Amino acid sequence: MRWRAYGEHAALLDCDSLTQTIAAHATVAASRPDGVAELVPGARSLLVVETPGSGALAAVRELLADADLEHPPGGRPREITLDVTYDGEDLELVAQDAGVSIEDVVRLHTDAVYTVAFTGFAPGFGYLTGLPEPLRQPRLSTPRTRVPPGSVGIAGEFTGVYPRVSPGGWRLIGHTRTVLFDPRADPPALFAPGDRVRFRSAG
Amino acid sequence: MRALEVVDTGPLALVQDLGRTGYAHLGVPPSGALDVPALKLANRLVGNDEAAAGVECLFGGLRLRATASCTVAVTGPAVPVDVDGRAAGSHAALWLAPGQVVTIGAPATGLRCYLAVSGGIAVDAELGSRSRDVLSEIGPAPLRAGDVLPLGTPSGVPGGADVVVPTVAAAELVVPVEPGPRAHWFEGLEAGLAKTWTVTAESNRVGLRLDGTPLTREGDYAEKELPSEGLLTGAVQVPPDGLPVVFLADHPTTGGYPVAAVVRQASLPALAQARPGTLLRFHSSTRVWNR
Repeated sequence: MRWRAYGEHAALLDCDSLTQTIAAHATVAASRPDGVAELVPGARSLLVVETPGSGALAAVRELLADADLEHPPGGRPREITLDVTYDGEDLELVAQDAGVSIEDVVRLHTDAVYTVAFTGFAPGFGYLTGLPEPLRQPRLSTPRTRVPPGSVGIAGEFTGVYPRVSPGGWRLIGHTRTVLFDPRADPPALFAPGDRVRFRSAG
Repeated sequence: MRALEVVDTGPLALVQDLGRTGYAHLGVPPSGALDVPALKLANRLVGNDEAAAGVECLFGGLRLRATASCTVAVTGPAVPVDVDGRAAGSHAALWLAPGQVVTIGAPATGLRCYLAVSGGIAVDAELGSRSRDVLSEIGPAPLRAGDVLPLGTPSGVPGGADVVVPTVAAAELVVPVEPGPRAHWFEGLEAGLAKTWTVTAESNRVGLRLDGTPLTREGDYAEKELPSEGLLTGAVQVPPDGLPVVFLADHPTTGGYPVAAVVRQASLPALAQARPGTLLRFHSSTRVWNR
């Protein structure tokens, strides 16, 4: 781990792995020092933004210097189960590349428990880690210009759900009717970093 | 109902307040007025709380009709303002009688003017803010002719201008930056950033896109992929083509290209007013990071 300067009121913690990133995020989130304005995990990093003059950056550095990241605070992560219809356009391609049947792709995807590692790309889009090895596959070589909302996709070490219509290069395996983001709801996003997610086949 | 009716919008008119902080971890950009001091001044001029929502008007052309008496003020770069065709001027409180129309002309320099109105614009808030985020499409849609903007209850007394503001946007900017988290990915970064960059027409509220001599990566980092990481307003991100993007308020919350430097916050209002064609150079100020 290593801290890097990020402007006047923020610092970025470089982590060695996604697991360490999730542990560092859980540690800071559990006892969130006063004055932490934003706490934004990435794939291998944690961005901490402080309210100017609050001293929160120093508090977070101290907190993490003393933390046992092998045993991060468990807290009570939210558990979310999403019903998915596995009818994605790339299902056959994914099965082929994994060397398994389509039924096996569905079983692999629904058997795993995922963690929301970080968000981005669009409000409510979560990068979910915990994807079984055979499903870790590259993005499409040509991204789609229009991916429908609710599409469930995979890319590299992540799986995720598109909250709204957007371009996208993830391989699509299914779709859900659940609303992922609603700016008038509280909380607005279904997924927040640290949440545990399961997918259930809705047939 | 006290309201302003939109008669004409000009190229782009958006409701903006001070934005929505605290949601970056959910992928929600901060948004808010790009030239924050200008919006705050406009609000003070009409007797509002500084955080009230006003209109951010790109390159003038905005015309609004008052349905009830109200006070308005226009700030940002100096700009012609008239009430029912009679010249009135920017950076001052103007009283509108019911039915009167205020028109903002085109600024001679700069890009974004701010109109505040007594009581503030009281459209519904989303995630605690009335700001339109052009990246995420959160918040009230861009204004269109015929829209009716409800106003809040006036709470204060209009005041006089209490600060001397730069009303002429610079055609050449020197932008102080601090080396960013991935400064070490680049070869001769300080000298590269100090060369002259040109603001391109692809710039918007998401970011200023710059043209110039591409920045080059250090050998070890030439082909390196960056795992997505958090972004901030003022971050100078460098995509593979070497041409930097300076992120503004509607920036994505994470991104997969290295951030080479971070603009000092005091310079953000000047960047908000940088027209395409504006020349800028970054001045690297290394601060001892010791907290």
